[in-house]
Amino acid sequence: MKRMLGLTALATILACSTAIAQQVTVKIGVLTDMSSLYTDLAGAGSVAAAKMAIADFTKDNPNVKVELISSDHQNKPDIGSGVASQWFDVDKVDMIIDTPNSGVALAVSQVTTTKNKVFVVSGAAASDLTGSKCNANTVHWTYDTWMLANGTGKAMVKTGGDTWFFLTADYAFGQALERDTSAVVEKNGGKVLGKVRHPLNTNDFSSFLLQAQASKAKVIGLANAGGDTINAIKAGAEFGIVAGGQKFAGLLVFASDVNALGLQTAQGLTLTETWYWDANDANRAWTKRWQTERPGKFPTMVQAGVYSGTLHYLKAVAAVKSAADGKEVVAKMKELPTDDALFGKGVVRADGRKTHDAFLFEVKKPAESKHPGDFYNLLATIPAEEAFRPIADGNCPLVKG
Amino acid sequence: MFEIFGIPSNALFSQLLIGLINGSFYALLSLGLAVIFGMLNIINFSHGAQYMMGAFVAYLLLQYSGLNYWWALIVAPILVGLTGVLIERLLLQWLYKLDHLYGLLLTFGLALIIEGVFRNYFGASGLPYQVPDALRGGTNLGFMFLPNYRAWVIFISLVVCFGTWFVIERTKLGSNLRAATENPTLVRAFGINVPRMITLTYGFGVALAALAGVMAAPIYNVSPQMGADLIIVVFAVVVIGGMGSIMGAIVTGFGLGVVEGLTKVFFPEASNTVIFVIMAIVLLIRPAGLFGRGT
Repeated sequence: MKRMLGLTALATILACSTAIAQQVTVKIGVLTDMSSLYTDLAGAGSVAAAKMAIADFTKDNPNVKVELISSDHQNKPDIGSGVASQWFDVDKVDMIIDTPNSGVALAVSQVTTTKNKVFVVSGAAASDLTGSKCNANTVHWTYDTWMLANGTGKAMVKTGGDTWFFLTADYAFGQALERDTSAVVEKNGGKVLGKVRHPLNTNDFSSFLLQAQASKAKVIGLANAGGDTINAIKAGAEFGIVAGGQKFAGLLVFASDVNALGLQTAQGLTLTETWYWDANDANRAWTKRWQTERPGKFPTMVQAGVYSGTLHYLKAVAAVKSAADGKEVVAKMKELPTDDALFGKGVVRADGRKTHDAFLFEVKKPAESKHPGDFYNLLATIPAEEAFRPIADGNCPLVKG
Repeated sequence: MFEIFGIPSNALFSQLLIGLINGSFYALLSLGLAVIFGMLNIINFSHGAQYMMGAFVAYLLLQYSGLNYWWALIVAPILVGLTGVLIERLLLQWLYKLDHLYGLLLTFGLALIIEGVFRNYFGASGLPYQVPDALRGGTNLGFMFLPNYRAWVIFISLVVCFGTWFVIERTKLGSNLRAATENPTLVRAFGINVPRMITLTYGFGVALAALAGVMAAPIYNVSPQMGADLIIVVFAVVVIGGMGSIMGAIVTGFGLGVVEGLTKVFFPEASNTVIFVIMAIVLLIRPAGLFGRGT
């Protein structure tokens, strides 16, 4: 009898556990820059955004259990792919998100596809991630180089900025950005009058700016990033570039860069982003929540993209009911339409490119700015289908096959 | 307008002037290094971090106590100089009898720690700092538009550099200092407090770095890595000028700024490298540097 009782108890336990077998566990890793030039635009702010996405999702889907870890890739592709391998093999991570720095992102994308997991890119820019280097395990969420070149380049030419001079960071990223933007400028009837290729991490831009000034080009395109862009714009304000009628086009400028420049210096700068915290009530409400973890800071589009990307990934996992097969989850991500408070409705295309509207902004004058973080005036909205590279032009093998 | 080597003379003159402005920063920073090496025999690798601290103190003074640029020009070097005094008393003074390498490693480690701490608290993308109102705008020189602030930088740099040279090479205080480096025991016998003099010298060298930092704040990005980017170039300047030579540091600082400026016109891709090419050539021909006294 006693034995009988034990067996019944065991049977009950087994029955119960099959009843909650619907329980899905997922482990997400935020692989980002925690200590160097991209920390402010991604970093701990991306981790906070991922946490918010998980909280929002598990509130409505208590059967999905999500764990979150994070690590610093130090902007080194070898460290990034090393962490990714360890996460997939040892720590049983199912999805990696964020990963600013195109070099690291391309390396992690390779690791992800060999291990059949999922990689959602928010921080990196290279359009190759959904072009020639695309794969069935990678989704590129927030923005890319093609979209930046197209957005800012086209809009500037259309509003009369038809002659260009480039200040280009002399390495792969800068040259690619310059090449893409030149193509857009020329296609829209503009002309490139000249360019200077400056070494990465140049301190003083005054010499290059004088060359740009002498070219009489209407637009000075900054095909560089971070500290180089900031130094160039700072020197430009001092040498009266903008006052003299020339305009800067920031080809990769984040809200955190504008903050570092101050509006006094950055005013009049034109740039393209896909998300701005002060654009509407939904974004502002989200920012308020985000700021409880990051007081005094303003989220960038990269961090918003981490939120949105994590949320959509979790929806796909819940629909598949398992995170084990990366390809299957990504296929589901492409099948389900995307919809969230920050980026609205959109799709993930066959090549892994997530599309949504992009916005052309102009940095406000200090007098127009009413509260901290009030950075931009909206110049134009670029609809999703025009904002990103047409799927046929990317040479992604997934599309041909 | 005439042309020199296919470059319009206007462009050439303006690049020469810009080179001189950048040279002002090189001169100020290498001056501090030369003073420290000449008097203490320490290769101060944390010089870049101390330059960065100068810029950050300027920002913090403005942000939290409302002290503007002009105050920062005086207060920041004093505050950062005091941290230098502390470093010398607590750490460096134990290393004078050892090989140069130990001082270099210690100050290098300090630089990494200081930069890491600043990055942790202020992030990596930088902080805004505006040109002071009195120095806004500029003058049209005919061949170029010279911002008033840059003219100010050249002026201050020249005054500070030659003031320092004068004090060390031409005054009683300077001769005591130089004597103390040659033979500390003998100088002590004359009743001069050598350790205190050495401490203050290090503090002064560090204060020079901080002064350069304050002057850089309105025109360069104020970020934790701003010093790390610059310090390698400045070391090359010191090596070319001759380790420890005050006049060498000043003249090569301005001179190399001009050479770099010209490179930016003729072959911009090489503008970061040209100084190191010159360094290699100088080391081959005159290993003690252009102004160094060979030992």
